[in-house]
Amino acid sequence: MALKIGDYKTDVHNDWCPGCGDFGIVNSIQMALAEMEIPRHQTAIFSGIGCSGKTSHFINVFGVHTLHGRVLTFAQGAKISNPNLKIIAVGGDGDGLGIGAGHFVAAGRRNVDMTYIIFDNAVYGLTKGQASPTLKLGEKTKSLPTPNTNYNVNPIGLAIASGFTFAARGYSYDIRQLKDLIIAAVNHKGLAFVDVLQPCPTYNDINTKDWFSGVDRIDETTKKAMPRIYKLEDTDYDPVVHYSDETELNQKKTQAIVRSLEWDTKIPTGIFYKNELITPYTRRLTDKIPNYIENPSALQNISKNNVPITKIDQILDSYKV
Amino acid sequence: MQQRGHEMVTDFTWMIGGPQGSGVETAANIFSQVFSKMGYQIFGKREYYSNIKGEHSYFAVRVSEKQIRSSIKGTNMLIAFDAETIFRHADDVLENGIIIYDSTLENVKVSDVITFDNDFKERLGNLLKSKNKEDTVKGILELASENGTSIHSVSFRSLLAELSEKLENPRIKNMSRMFNVLGVSLSLGLLMIPSEKLTESVNSIFSKKKSIAEMNVSAANFAYNYATAKFENIELKFEEKEIEENTLLLQGYYGTALGKIIAGCRFQSYYPITPATDESNFLETNEILEINEDRPGSTLVIQTEDEISAIGMAIGSSLTGVRSATCTSGPGFVLMIECLSWAGINEVPVVITFYQRSGPSTGLPTRHGQDDLLCAINSGVGEFPRIVYASGNVLDSFYDTTQVFNYADVFQVPVIHMMDKFIASSVTTCQRFDETKVNIDRGKLLDEISSDNYRRFEHTIDGLSPRSKLGLENGIFWNTGDESDIQGHISEDPVNRIQMMDKRQSRLDYILEKIPESEQIIKHSEGDFCIVSWGSTQGPVLDAIEMLKNEGISIGFVEVKLLQPFPKELLKKLFSNSKTIIDIEANYTGQLGSLIRQNLEKDPDYYILKFTGRPMTCTELYDTLKKIVNGTAEKREVLTYGA
Repeated sequence: MALKIGDYKTDVHNDWCPGCGDFGIVNSIQMALAEMEIPRHQTAIFSGIGCSGKTSHFINVFGVHTLHGRVLTFAQGAKISNPNLKIIAVGGDGDGLGIGAGHFVAAGRRNVDMTYIIFDNAVYGLTKGQASPTLKLGEKTKSLPTPNTNYNVNPIGLAIASGFTFAARGYSYDIRQLKDLIIAAVNHKGLAFVDVLQPCPTYNDINTKDWFSGVDRIDETTKKAMPRIYKLEDTDYDPVVHYSDETELNQKKTQAIVRSLEWDTKIPTGIFYKNELITPYTRRLTDKIPNYIENPSALQNISKNNVPITKIDQILDSYKV
Repeated sequence: MQQRGHEMVTDFTWMIGGPQGSGVETAANIFSQVFSKMGYQIFGKREYYSNIKGEHSYFAVRVSEKQIRSSIKGTNMLIAFDAETIFRHADDVLENGIIIYDSTLENVKVSDVITFDNDFKERLGNLLKSKNKEDTVKGILELASENGTSIHSVSFRSLLAELSEKLENPRIKNMSRMFNVLGVSLSLGLLMIPSEKLTESVNSIFSKKKSIAEMNVSAANFAYNYATAKFENIELKFEEKEIEENTLLLQGYYGTALGKIIAGCRFQSYYPITPATDESNFLETNEILEINEDRPGSTLVIQTEDEISAIGMAIGSSLTGVRSATCTSGPGFVLMIECLSWAGINEVPVVITFYQRSGPSTGLPTRHGQDDLLCAINSGVGEFPRIVYASGNVLDSFYDTTQVFNYADVFQVPVIHMMDKFIASSVTTCQRFDETKVNIDRGKLLDEISSDNYRRFEHTIDGLSPRSKLGLENGIFWNTGDESDIQGHISEDPVNRIQMMDKRQSRLDYILEKIPESEQIIKHSEGDFCIVSWGSTQGPVLDAIEMLKNEGISIGFVEVKLLQPFPKELLKKLFSNSKTIIDIEANYTGQLGSLIRQNLEKDPDYYILKFTGRPMTCTELYDTLKKIVNGTAEKREVLTYGA
């Protein structure tokens, strides 16, 4: 029986603010799962803390709502133990790039085969609108007493510098593109990062839906709003690293970082960087544990009728007096 | 010079010292192997600074024909190829003891040793001055000699030069890194130990590289022959004994590591920290596992970016149904607290092996301590059930490790297994671990679910819900660090809150009811005077009790293994026949004592505490217990022995 989008929804009341960008992300994840027809029990959503942290409760697959900043640690532990699971980790930009930044960088270095989606709205919503790591220097969203004194983190740039092998950006009001990006991320062999621009209607009064749509920028001839967002796939941009060649690798990384710095009047979405030539962590493990994929930790028998089946006599013999 | 209060039949302590990186441990391993193969019991301990190269380290190996579980005051034979070792330990050598030292060090002054702490330099200077000795190696050796120690001097460099000439290998002349092997071989020659034992041991310790083994065997034999030919004979004689069947020579951390392997722990994440990391290294070295009638298994050992990640990953692993663990020490453990609390509210079985060292903060990072008991029991966000369980020696720690995984699975709680630096860096002869005694109980972990109305936190009579795992068909669940309903979705409902708190907290009583009494507290002996203690003090306490027993004094001893939930009724019962309670711990405040005050409303009559970072010796405990029995002790006795 084919799975429908409705099968991936729970009946948990969604208490996000009306107009919240998060709705589009949850819908996109559910659409992506339905389109890929991933059995529900083979999927787990891990989430961090904050508004985005509640995501796991709204999706009808295994849902692990973890701690602030720590989502990647739980998710990687599960994925490494059972590589058959499809794992999507989600969290806010403060969660992943502030308190969880160390785990973000370390996760990139491992390149575990899973997906990480950041709900990026430049504020800490659930604690009432403080500046988050992606808010620009000098900006003052409405509940800040004074303008932001910190420079912003570039999520795509940090991901690439850390070793993520897939980096994309979506926009929560374009759920078709976002769904496709999530599918591409889940299918990517390695750690995939999707940064989703997600207006917080309550606390971010700068990067609003209207702002992204360019309502403040009317084309004099057409009299229409000029959207700030454009799609990389509509250009001749090629994010894919095709050869194991340092020059190409460096060129693809560099172009991605340069593109990710575009902002204000031209904000690109789409896939910035994709490299499947770097071995995923699971493959690195098979170098030292040859049958790891067929017999990972979660599938190993450890006892028979409550009696252990692991043999340690050889090790013990080596310490015999 | 020191006098021991008490002598056993054969009880010989050999010590070698030197700068970190000079192979002190290798020399001690050779010595330990030789004597264990001669049928003797071994108890060795390693002391070192938080340093890679250059600071003073030493290894003391105690040898006896009877079972020994601790170190003892005083050294019978000291091997020194650097001045610092002589300055620091000559004073500890017993009357009739022996010092073998490098004669070229004779004129080294106290002030030449740049690695001395200022406090020690001052104490040493004062000692030499008060005895009218010059402040040189010669001065301190004169003092030792006047106290009855016999001094054997040999130029280690000349030995190398002669060996170099003999083997026609000019490189050997400058290989001061072989001083360690020369030192141990000289001492074995002096003790007239059969030389083939030495050769066998050197070969086995350097077995990884044949050419190195060969060179070291030549050096060993050369030094051995030098000692037999040139040193004056001594009276000591070690007869070869029959090796007790099934004896192993083990490092202290092998117990928890092998316990994890046999218990089926298949995932360990860790961040490097002394003295916990050795265990993870051991697991990774042995990551491919031989499985009975099955394909090979494996333990995933993952070095993480910090301890938060270490426990986060272990929890993630546990959610897939894997027996998982992390291993750390105090400063790492406190970083894990938020995740630990998450495991608590989500009823996730996960094991934290906690190798304590001495705090506060970084404290004495390479020294022993038991000062994290209350931290292990109390650290957490809010109230949730956990088990804190302590092991007293390497053998116990093997079986206990297999049990803590059962506790975690059966009671669906995080378990903190208390170990410490004293056990971790001891080398002991030990009975072979008996795998047939180990059983595996995974509690209510499900392998399949047929219906589709599974609820992870369903209320049941015993408070324990059947446990699904990620990937299990029909077993979908939710977890959250928020309070949740029976499905695992966030709930702030006050009635649900009461039910869920009751569900989790009632487990503490359930644990006390279900874990057999013999696993909660071990009653080693009975007496009017009764010692209460926990963890690695077990060894020195048992040895001290035996020393007193030989004098007709019997002392009781109860070792509390289950520390949370606290078995207060059982402890009350065990105390009921004793008049005087003596709390013994390696910390400042007597943390177990405070649990006794809190739970039994009784203050132990005496506290014997040590917090210098050096483990207790049986001699110190013997002396202090005797004072208590004689009624001359203070309520709080603080032990200080050890360099």
